[in-house]
Amino acid sequence: MKILVPVKRVLDAYVTARVKPDNSGVVTDNVKMSLNPFCEIALEQAIRLREQGIATEVIVATIGEQRAEEVLRTALAVGADKAMRVNAPNQTEPLVVAKLLKAIAQKEQIKLCLMGKQAIDNDNNQTGQMLAALLGWGQATFVSKLEVQGKVARATREIDGGLQIREMKLPAVITVDLRLNEPRYASLPNIMKARKIPISTIEPQSLGVEVLERLKIIEVVEPPKRETGIEVESAAELVNALKNKEKII
Amino acid sequence: MSILLIAEQDGETLARASQSALSAASLLKGEITAVVTAEGDKTQKKIVDKLAALKGVKKVLLVKNKRFLHEDAEAFATALVPIAQNFKYIVAAATGYGKNLMPRLAALIDKQQISDITEILAENRFRRPIYAGNAIATIETSDSIIPLTIRATAFEPVEEQDQPAPIEEIEITGSAEHSLAEFIDEKISSSERPELTSARIVISGGRGMQASENFQMIEKIADKLKAAVGASRAAVDAGYVTNDYQVGQTGKIVAPELYIAVGISGAIQHLAGMKDSKVIVAINKDPDAPIFRIADYRLVADLFVALPELDKALE
Repeated sequence: MKILVPVKRVLDAYVTARVKPDNSGVVTDNVKMSLNPFCEIALEQAIRLREQGIATEVIVATIGEQRAEEVLRTALAVGADKAMRVNAPNQTEPLVVAKLLKAIAQKEQIKLCLMGKQAIDNDNNQTGQMLAALLGWGQATFVSKLEVQGKVARATREIDGGLQIREMKLPAVITVDLRLNEPRYASLPNIMKARKIPISTIEPQSLGVEVLERLKIIEVVEPPKRETGIEVESAAELVNALKNKEKII
Repeated sequence: MSILLIAEQDGETLARASQSALSAASLLKGEITAVVTAEGDKTQKKIVDKLAALKGVKKVLLVKNKRFLHEDAEAFATALVPIAQNFKYIVAAATGYGKNLMPRLAALIDKQQISDITEILAENRFRRPIYAGNAIATIETSDSIIPLTIRATAFEPVEEQDQPAPIEEIEITGSAEHSLAEFIDEKISSSERPELTSARIVISGGRGMQASENFQMIEKIADKLKAAVGASRAAVDAGYVTNDYQVGQTGKIVAPELYIAVGISGAIQHLAGMKDSKVIVAINKDPDAPIFRIADYRLVADLFVALPELDKALE
């Protein structure tokens, strides 16, 4: 069974986003960029399934410009078998990304697609569900536990009220949540080795997908700032302020 | 031009987030048709009747299908395709339910969804937070049908009643998608306290709580304040509380009148879930904790001393 893990290069989770002075977007030059944390978790799960002998090959794919290959190198160093980049803008819209991934999944005869539930830059939380729809596959989103047996995947989902367990026939799309696993680090020798693995570049046209832009970013601004608060000395003073000044308790 | 609102219920009540989504839908031009799935019993009838009576709802489409109650997105999205084609907007709350379903439907009708909107600026122009709320983007779409998910905290829920709208039952027969997945089980946390995302007051604990049983201190105060209890990702990861408590970028988004953060350092991802609260109180022993930068009231103290004091001060 082949697993596809789509990955995205994003602003590092520990870097605070800064808005560009011309309000056209968020600064991504000369700041630390990383593999999206949810993609890391998906990749880890895929590698574990290969180690357990359930999967035969883990393929990683990213949609983006040349520099997006950095995260493919990271994925290869962690243990992915094969990497490919679709040459399209970094912020290609989710529906187009889903169409590109669909074409790859079909071409590579993928049986399971494991991916992050969202990228921490645009916070869209769309691509996995869209990919499942386009392929006509079952989906399990926000997954915190996964068992694959034969042609069935049993997933525990984190839903608003608690947890939900559902079973899907493979092929299927699984989008992962934070508590699924603890991703491993790449060892130095593996990082060196990963540098030599070829990455294939694919043009969207060769996948029969037109990279449309239906959304236009008009402006990006900073959120309103909160005023500096006051320090209280004791719980009693706090309760007094909440009662008499704020009148909320 | 018209609007399809996908309403959500949990078997007991209509989701308040759906009432917020209705509020957002009311700001768009067009008549609102609400679609909801429900079974035939009394409670369920009450939920559907409540929805039909909410101001702005012109018609209710009732789907009687037990499977759809458990977020059966595969079959439900397919069933909604012919209905959705007749509308200009498809609106749902950005809850777990909405996030799971809407992109699937959007892809099936070949339209690009806009997630988690906080403001409607024009018929095709919306505002939404990106980068965990550290930036706000204004987006314009050229799509002919616009699927939207709504950030519930940004829109006051519709409470007002009106003439009840007609309820039309629609039959949805089994499709091939029914066989893609099977519901096995659900573990729903039950609590007598207010629901986290709609509570007027929320008190949350973080890694500083150190153990699951220490959350009892927070619960005691929550009961005095009629507050909901939340947690940071660190507290959930450590197993102090279950996942449905998590407030943050990838957990629940809350904006209560009062948010009390106890033993929470204030990672970017936690702030993303609560920084629109009206009044923020932070209790932390580290005076440099990032949570203090957005707090209206700072109490620099050991929580194991401060919480019993707070409990006492509330008596």
